Amino acid sequence: MDYLAIYVTLKLALVTTILLMVIAAPVAYALAYYRFAGKSFLEALIYLPMALPPTVIGFYLIIIMGPKGFIGKMWQMFTGGSLLFTFIGIATASVIYSVPFAVQPMKAAFSKIDRRLLESAYVLGLSRKATFFRVIIPNSVSGIAAAAILVFLHSIGAFGVLLMVGGSIPGETKVASIAIYEAVEMMNYQAAGMIALSFIPISYAFLILINKLNEGARS
Amino acid sequence: MSIEVSFKKKLKYFDIDISFSCAKKNMVVMIGPSGGGKTTIIRMLAGLEKPKEGKVVFGDDVWFDSLRRINVPPQKRRLGYVFQDYNLFPHLNLYENATFAAVNKKEVDELFELFKIAHLKKRKPQMVSGGERQRCAICQALARHPRILLLDEPLSALDAITRRGLREELKNLKGKMSFPIIYVTHDITEALYLADELLPVVEGKNDNQWLQRMMTREPSSEVALRAAREPRLTLVY
Repeated sequence: MDYLAIYVTLKLALVTTILLMVIAAPVAYALAYYRFAGKSFLEALIYLPMALPPTVIGFYLIIIMGPKGFIGKMWQMFTGGSLLFTFIGIATASVIYSVPFAVQPMKAAFSKIDRRLLESAYVLGLSRKATFFRVIIPNSVSGIAAAAILVFLHSIGAFGVLLMVGGSIPGETKVASIAIYEAVEMMNYQAAGMIALSFIPISYAFLILINKLNEGARS
Repeated sequence: MSIEVSFKKKLKYFDIDISFSCAKKNMVVMIGPSGGGKTTIIRMLAGLEKPKEGKVVFGDDVWFDSLRRINVPPQKRRLGYVFQDYNLFPHLNLYENATFAAVNKKEVDELFELFKIAHLKKRKPQMVSGGERQRCAICQALARHPRILLLDEPLSALDAITRRGLREELKNLKGKMSFPIIYVTHDITEALYLADELLPVVEGKNDNQWLQRMMTREPSSEVALRAAREPRLTLVY
């Protein structure tokens, strides 16, 4: 069985989740609490990856991450290498691909918090930053966990975007979904079946986790 | 230390235009019909809302001055502020709530003893009664060593019996405190029971006539009228 592909998949999903939690939190905070000009346009832009076909996202990512693209050039300047066909490349792609799945549930969780709780914290002397960590985060744990799980599962399932940006380099960019695709292409149904089967307990375990979290949030 | 306040602000249906002061060890009770701007006034005092014009001076500190463009944020005003029923953080137990911004955690133990909620320390706010929540909210506010205490209808969400008990505790507490207290209510009995000074607010303005009219309409108007004249002497209910 292609353990390496499964390892790359889980590593990618984990890296994506951790990065996105840190990136999405301030974005969701701004969307939930601030009003500014062009907000609805910005919000739609952030959610765009959800509405576009993965190949379209993949195409534009190739353009901007390629040697002539903005990000690709910067990367080349600092590291001397190419961003395409590397793990960091697919991690970047995966983060962009999953942004809406992190921002939306977090924003919903933040908006649900009673504004008066925040005022109470301000009156008690907490700065906005301290209020974010001591009041907002602890009161939206289940929303943040939902965001993390959604992002994790969504990155496990990514295929088109990763294939376009990363290709299929074993141990680097060949994730399980690509390994399954290639095995089927080569009529190797047994190898494909083994990897496919290994997904079932992983996804199942996460669903149970979501249920547990929901129960915890309700009590 | 005393506080001097004057505010002007345009609201949707009327304008707020009021000024008052409150000396230390004194309780000013702002009373008036619901929707008359009382909460907005106390929120402006706390720095949660911005008046269009006005001035708030506490002792030698200027908290707000529209002419000099001074507006000290609520964090820096060191207030105790008790709302109707949403002071406490749902993710913390009562003790953690009261020590949230406490100067000295040992005092919280004493306050909990004083307010008879020491046995509920570990309970979450949603697991105790409304009266116990408000007691904890008062402990939370006092533990911060506030320079002034603002109470916005702190008893309104409670049932009549709890309300009467807590009202008495508040009156006892008042005697022990050395800072000014501003109390908002729409309940005339409560106002008369607690106030050193009454500040009737109708449609954003000080309106002493309103209080007179209200009390002559009340069934126990004789007593109530005397109470309005001599609030310090009255203990009627």
